[in-house]
Amino acid sequence: MPLRVHVDVVSAEELIYSGETEFAVFPGEAGELGIYPRHTPLLTRVKPGTVRLKIPDRDDFELIYVSGGVLEVQPTLITLLSDTAIRAHDLDEAKSIEAKQRAEEALKNRTTDANYASAEAELAQAVAQLHAIKKLRKRPGS
Amino acid sequence: MASGKEIRNKIKSVESTRKITKAMEMVAASKMRKAQDRMRAARPYGEKIRRVAGNLSHALTDYSHPFLVTREQVKSVGLITVTSDKGLCGGLNTNVLRLALSRMKEWDAEGKKLQVTAIGNRGFSFMMRAGANIVSHVVAMGDTPHLEKLIGPTKVQLDAYIKGEIDVLYIAYTRFINTMKQEPVIEQLLPLSGELVGSSSRNSWDYLYEPDAKLVIDDLLVRYVEASLYQAVAENMASEQSARMVAMKAASDNAKDVIGELKLVYNKARQASITKELSEIVSGAAAV
Repeated sequence: MPLRVHVDVVSAEELIYSGETEFAVFPGEAGELGIYPRHTPLLTRVKPGTVRLKIPDRDDFELIYVSGGVLEVQPTLITLLSDTAIRAHDLDEAKSIEAKQRAEEALKNRTTDANYASAEAELAQAVAQLHAIKKLRKRPGS
Repeated sequence: MASGKEIRNKIKSVESTRKITKAMEMVAASKMRKAQDRMRAARPYGEKIRRVAGNLSHALTDYSHPFLVTREQVKSVGLITVTSDKGLCGGLNTNVLRLALSRMKEWDAEGKKLQVTAIGNRGFSFMMRAGANIVSHVVAMGDTPHLEKLIGPTKVQLDAYIKGEIDVLYIAYTRFINTMKQEPVIEQLLPLSGELVGSSSRNSWDYLYEPDAKLVIDDLLVRYVEASLYQAVAENMASEQSARMVAMKAASDNAKDVIGELKLVYNKARQASITKELSEIVSGAAAV
């Protein structure tokens, strides 16, 4: 029987694949990576592309599309931490700049000149209301 | 005493309120199940990435990333508040914001500067009124948390951390314990403290890195922080839906009580008017 290795493909939003494989191909950043069991420990980035897994007792490959991520290889365990979004340094940068701008714009529109004290007063009021509701509910016969 | 018609109208209005709260309760119940599933679905990634990052800190590596280094002097603080977009969910947002505010006042007293990232509309508008320095925000996330929307606003804080504009990054959110119980917490996100440098003994092997160690570790640690954040947002959403369900159930029960009381008052009023009419007729007949 050929050697097997456990593969987990996970993304932040779900577990995509978990199972045994005899041979796996990943779209590594520096080129395709073919991995057999007992591979030396390896940590690499993965490009968007297709992962091919040779499942025992099946002739065809299991195909999984990933939009990039980080691949960890241990002799007995392969973990692919897949991204859910298309990631690129420039793209992340653009998102961060956009987020900053939105915040700045929102701050510009801030009309009231409030501070911690008034905010706390506001919260205290909300808490008091909640307490009152709780007490009212506990009151017997109401 | 209010007339019969007035009470009838009041009963009708409370009944329609109850219909609404009942419907909201059921909607929240079904959304809660989905939100809990999503929260659980996010766990494997968190566990895996924690393990990989743990291995990484054990493996002999001569590159130490700023995320792993605790700074001696903390001059400024980053805070990410996770709240819901909508209200009507009991004390959920109030509690977490109260906790955040008490910490903010502490930092203020210690002379630490603060910059805030607000996730969720409630926290955002609160921080706006509180006059906090908001560097980024996410609102209108809908019912499913998407990592894509979180990347940009988080990166603002991560960049600030790397540049040394903030020395520590906290996250405030509501942890989901069970349907009846949710707990507001503040956790330290950066620097990644002892949790990673876990119990297992120091290994004498190192990974092969492709293309090179620095790039891979950078990527991995950013993902680790994002995964923790995603988990917090997913938990917060599950908490939100359960809190809303409980709040709406309480509202429906209250409405039921109120309707009961009003019906009693209405019937008493009706009885009284019938008795009055009867006695008028009887006394009228006696007079004839």
